[in-house]
Amino acid sequence: MKRTIHTDQIKTAIEELIRSASFITPPEVKDIFADMRENETLPLASETLNILIENIDIAEKENIPLCQDCGSAILFLEIGQELEITGDYLYDAVNSAVADAYRNFYLRKSIVADPLRRVNTGTNTPAFIHTDIVPGNGLTIDLMLKGGGSENMSALRMFRPTESVEKIIDFIEDTVIAAGPNPCPPLFLGVGIGGTADTAMLNAKKALLKNPSEHHPDPYYRDLEIKILERVNKTGVGPMGFGGTNSAAVVHIKTAPAHIASLPVALNLNCHSLRKGRTVI
Amino acid sequence: MERKTINTPLTDDIIENLHCGDLCFITGKLLTARDKAHERIAQMLSAGEKLPFDLKNEIIYYVGPTPAKPGEIIGAAGPTTSSRMDHFSPIMFELGIKAMIGKGRRDNLTKELTKKYRAVYFSSFGGAGAYLSKRIKSSKIIAFDDLASEAVHELFVENFPVVVAIDMYGEDIYEHAVHRGE
Repeated sequence: MKRTIHTDQIKTAIEELIRSASFITPPEVKDIFADMRENETLPLASETLNILIENIDIAEKENIPLCQDCGSAILFLEIGQELEITGDYLYDAVNSAVADAYRNFYLRKSIVADPLRRVNTGTNTPAFIHTDIVPGNGLTIDLMLKGGGSENMSALRMFRPTESVEKIIDFIEDTVIAAGPNPCPPLFLGVGIGGTADTAMLNAKKALLKNPSEHHPDPYYRDLEIKILERVNKTGVGPMGFGGTNSAAVVHIKTAPAHIASLPVALNLNCHSLRKGRTVI
Repeated sequence: MERKTINTPLTDDIIENLHCGDLCFITGKLLTARDKAHERIAQMLSAGEKLPFDLKNEIIYYVGPTPAKPGEIIGAAGPTTSSRMDHFSPIMFELGIKAMIGKGRRDNLTKELTKKYRAVYFSSFGGAGAYLSKRIKSSKIIAFDDLASEAVHELFVENFPVVVAIDMYGEDIYEHAVHRGE
């Protein structure tokens, strides 16, 4: 059944998502931090986790952004095929919501208009917008605020399709070790397996949208998520790269069908400050 | 674990007693500079111009805070990735800095210079911008105000937490941390 919504509604929703993600850490992520503090063995790593947990409390109570890198605004829109959107051009509405939120909430604007000439747009726009058309008449908006330090450590490798799963785990381990302190561990790791080079990386990022306590529904991939997490946590990188047993908090895998000749594996790293949110209109 | 208290200015005595992995709390003055301020310093020097501030014995903090809300001293103010400033290390040490605060690894040249100049590289806590902002008691721009959040600010901090990442003996915490799992 056809349904109509106005872009003003979308703008309000996005501004609220940005506010919430910038200052408030959801309970399930707080639980993960409490668990990590519980099982951490190195003193400096425990001190580091204490500071990160206190940071979460201060940000929420005092309305100070969790991190001074307030991120790129990345939006995933699932638009129902039977949904009609009235008002502004959708992308203009999204960008205007992002600009308003970054100004009104005193967030840092970190986007340059041109990758080589590098002049800041002053509004944190444009946002990075991905859209999927889905059945129905709903609109699901996922927001992710991603800092530069962790995004810079992303990696993609095109494997031989006959390569063993062990080699994929090695690649992920190597990437986490090479990244070391730079992406601000403990990490949330998104792994995209299959598809084309571009879909693998997009899936790596989409994997990070899952609830942190949620495992892959397929037991084969659930086991792989657990195995990767164990391996990564044996690297010794630890919180902030100072050493320790908590290098990553969570691993999420998202897969896609692939060409007979291709096995792309993409890794998208998120820092300990997992700033995201979802709303359904 | 043991916590060391440091009051600025950093003296040779203080630096000699700092070792890779020490958790320290700094009280005193820091100067902020990140990518663009470093670039400006390098440009002024190569043009033969005099810098509008003295870096001798100073601690440089790599930070680009969020805008301060009305009535607040500063916004979120955690460290940014230090390696982007590696190629400015020779100039900065030559100008007399004694320490840098940032996050993440440094290149070999910076490590060598840290030894040569008997200096120290601290890592603070990346992504703890709200926590660290509460340890900053005053902030004012002292140069390059056209660079906005990247301008050089003079900060006074109280019990500002940092970890000794590279000490004057050349030990590097990030090299000690990592080992292969299997």
